[in-house]
Amino acid sequence: MSEISGKTAIVGVAESDQIGKVPDKPAIMLHAEAARSALAEAGLAKDDVDGLFTAGIQTTELGEYLGIEPKVTDNTSVGGSSFVIHIAHAAAAIATGRCEVALVTHGESGRSRVGMMPRPTPADSLRGQFEAPYGLPQPVGAYAMAASRHMHEYGTTKEQLAEIAVATRKWAQLNPKAYMQDPIGIQDVLESRMIAWPFNLLDCCLVTDAGGAYVLTSMERAKSLKQTPISVLGVGEGHDHAMISQMPSYTSFAARQSGKTAFEMAGVKHGDLDLAMIYDSFTYTVLLSLEELGFCGKGEGGDFVSNQRTAPGGDFPMNTNGGGLSYNHPGMYGMFAIIEAVRQLRHDYADQGVRQVDDAKLAVVHGTGGVLSSAGTAILGRA
Amino acid sequence: MADYVKPIPQADGTTRPFWESLKAHQMKIQKCQDTGKFFFYPRGLSPFTLSENLSWEEVSGKGVIHAFTIVYQNKAPGFVDELPYVVAMVELDEGARMMTNIIDVEPDPEHVKIGMPVEIVYEDVTDEITLPKFRPSAT
Repeated sequence: MSEISGKTAIVGVAESDQIGKVPDKPAIMLHAEAARSALAEAGLAKDDVDGLFTAGIQTTELGEYLGIEPKVTDNTSVGGSSFVIHIAHAAAAIATGRCEVALVTHGESGRSRVGMMPRPTPADSLRGQFEAPYGLPQPVGAYAMAASRHMHEYGTTKEQLAEIAVATRKWAQLNPKAYMQDPIGIQDVLESRMIAWPFNLLDCCLVTDAGGAYVLTSMERAKSLKQTPISVLGVGEGHDHAMISQMPSYTSFAARQSGKTAFEMAGVKHGDLDLAMIYDSFTYTVLLSLEELGFCGKGEGGDFVSNQRTAPGGDFPMNTNGGGLSYNHPGMYGMFAIIEAVRQLRHDYADQGVRQVDDAKLAVVHGTGGVLSSAGTAILGRA
Repeated sequence: MADYVKPIPQADGTTRPFWESLKAHQMKIQKCQDTGKFFFYPRGLSPFTLSENLSWEEVSGKGVIHAFTIVYQNKAPGFVDELPYVVAMVELDEGARMMTNIIDVEPDPEHVKIGMPVEIVYEDVTDEITLPKFRPSAT
């Protein structure tokens, strides 16, 4: 696997033209807008693309809409982690010469539901037989149930979970694209409407419309393009169940595998990182990911995030775009964690004060998919 | 029962003995004969060994709450009228875990506790389908 490390780079990233509430555009147009902008930022044309990667829709639908005929496609669709995992699959395809320019896109009309495929649960499916009868709202109830176990085993508190929501909102206030901008405190989180105990409303991600895309190519080709190349240093993935009722442990998930693989491939230590982009579907997702990725020991996630450590000015900059909790979350947020990491590593925010993580050179991007089912981790670096 | 509007499971060829055992109010789940371990949901083969060397065993219907949530928001028919309610994973004494509702308890984290002993209650929702629900028990 080490033959992948440092061989490819992300050379363009973009969101769709509008994000948040976009009621007049179907999901596939959100893919397309982001793809167009990411290619333009890289200084590439659509006909340069020979690898096409996406989740949520078929790569053939995407190629058809964009007029692209790829040599390689990958439709790995394991929820919000998919786009982080696509970095691994695209980097491998490029490193082995199967394609040279990979376009990876995302688009969901999560809020307005325009052009989205329905997701029925047949009565004779496994979910239909063994979960649906009991009324667990998905995915929030699944994550809430898992969080209850962490609170039981380690004494993690709702206040500690709320720390994450509050710190993330502070970052959102620095991002004009963020959907939620009002300041909040710990008490606001605890007093917001109860959704599924132990989660209040402000423990939960947004539901928005948005698309995102990035372009990956060989490091050699990246050097001739418009942007500072952001190198793919390490990648990893892991998967250990599909339905929450089958999760082997509610206090450990496949990030333990994806993180280990990515860190070993990159050959970096946790202390070397300048920035962490950790998928925040729910506050607990972040807390558990930090433990599983090895930033702290098991059960120490609550202490780790306390005292606004991850907020602007804290010593652990995390989710600096305002995250899925406050910036944007159309359903499978992982794409947007990648976009932000790349912009930070390119120093795109250099003129925006604390919005820019000081001298950012190395970032971890972690995606979680399904109901803590799938994990994808990437270590990205400024060359 | 005609007014039951929540999702109603439909058995398949590999799960039918489970649903039939519930209908008879004698829950049976599968045991892998190679390893001696129980598992749930029912499968056509053992998730431990991929062998079809399986048996259906009647279980005690007793266990403990392993994890839970209290649902305050769900617009789905049937559930919307019952908010808040408890969804839990119950770990059976035999070792397997299953999703269920905890009934006959205050839907409040002061009253629902992980580790709390529970016992099965058979809820007949149609002539064919009985759901395994659980309620707090003395032991």
